[in-house]
Amino acid sequence: MFYGIDLTSRLMLGTAGYPSPAVLRAAIAAAGAEVITVSLRREGAGGGAFRDILRESGCRTLPNTAGCHTAREAVTTARMARELFGTSWIKLEVIGHADTLQPDPFALVEAARILCAEGFEVFPYTTEDLILGEKLVEAGCRVLMPWGAPIGSGQGLQNRAGLRRMRGHFDGLPLVVDAGIGAPSQAAEAMEMGFDGVLLNTAVAAARDPVGMARAFGKAVAAGRAAHDAGLMPKRDMAVASTPVFGMAALS
Amino acid sequence: MRIDLNGAPVETAAATLAALIEERGLDAAAVATAMNGAFVPRPLRDRTALTEGARIEVLSPMQGG
Repeated sequence: MFYGIDLTSRLMLGTAGYPSPAVLRAAIAAAGAEVITVSLRREGAGGGAFRDILRESGCRTLPNTAGCHTAREAVTTARMARELFGTSWIKLEVIGHADTLQPDPFALVEAARILCAEGFEVFPYTTEDLILGEKLVEAGCRVLMPWGAPIGSGQGLQNRAGLRRMRGHFDGLPLVVDAGIGAPSQAAEAMEMGFDGVLLNTAVAAARDPVGMARAFGKAVAAGRAAHDAGLMPKRDMAVASTPVFGMAALS
Repeated sequence: MRIDLNGAPVETAAATLAALIEERGLDAAAVATAMNGAFVPRPLRDRTALTEGARIEVLSPMQGG
């Protein structure tokens, strides 16, 4: 449940960097995504075609504050996005460093506090830091989105132990791994760990065949979620024979 | 009056933000606006007077991750 909305598909798909609007449209469908991320920019080429895709996709839009480096910029962008997209959902990004695109935790909490008080339903792009997560929850966030790896790096889950701790610490709170996912296996792993969703963009948009990759990610996320629900077997250090010893012939 | 529209200097006869949007042929319902870094909601555009050197942003839905 993300702010009272139950989703069948737990794959949230970014819409940037596709080879063409037609490929983007087909990728959204192939992924089975119900939530797509969008941004606000000065109108460029292809703006009209993009708005058509948003309408036709039937997806819920999750506008972002990508590129904002201060709380003030992010808050203004969020207010503009709410009016334009007609949704209170906002993927809150406040970037602290240009090379890593790591969130600025202090500005993030400041912006989250302002936006939650104004009735926004905030999806903060954060790190796996537990105290930061608690401050965001205190600010009013009912979803947290820890990074897997730096945005666009495709490195997967860089800090598994930290993500596991986060999953355990925020029991019952929807957590979405956002950023750094490069392969369907990594998305499946996040879902197996008990995360409630995965948000990705570049891994699909930059694939040789984005539509095929979107389909692969859709299946991986569904498989990982089903596996988590079914309960993974405990790991052991030593072997345990699966074939029964009882009834074995004496042949020696 | 000279203002800054989406990062470019512009000479305009418009007195308000709403008039500027009309003057530029922009679709008022398909954009969100800000002046000097602060959001200007749609209903307030025709009450928002432009001032010399004002920094206006007119933004549209675009692709994003």
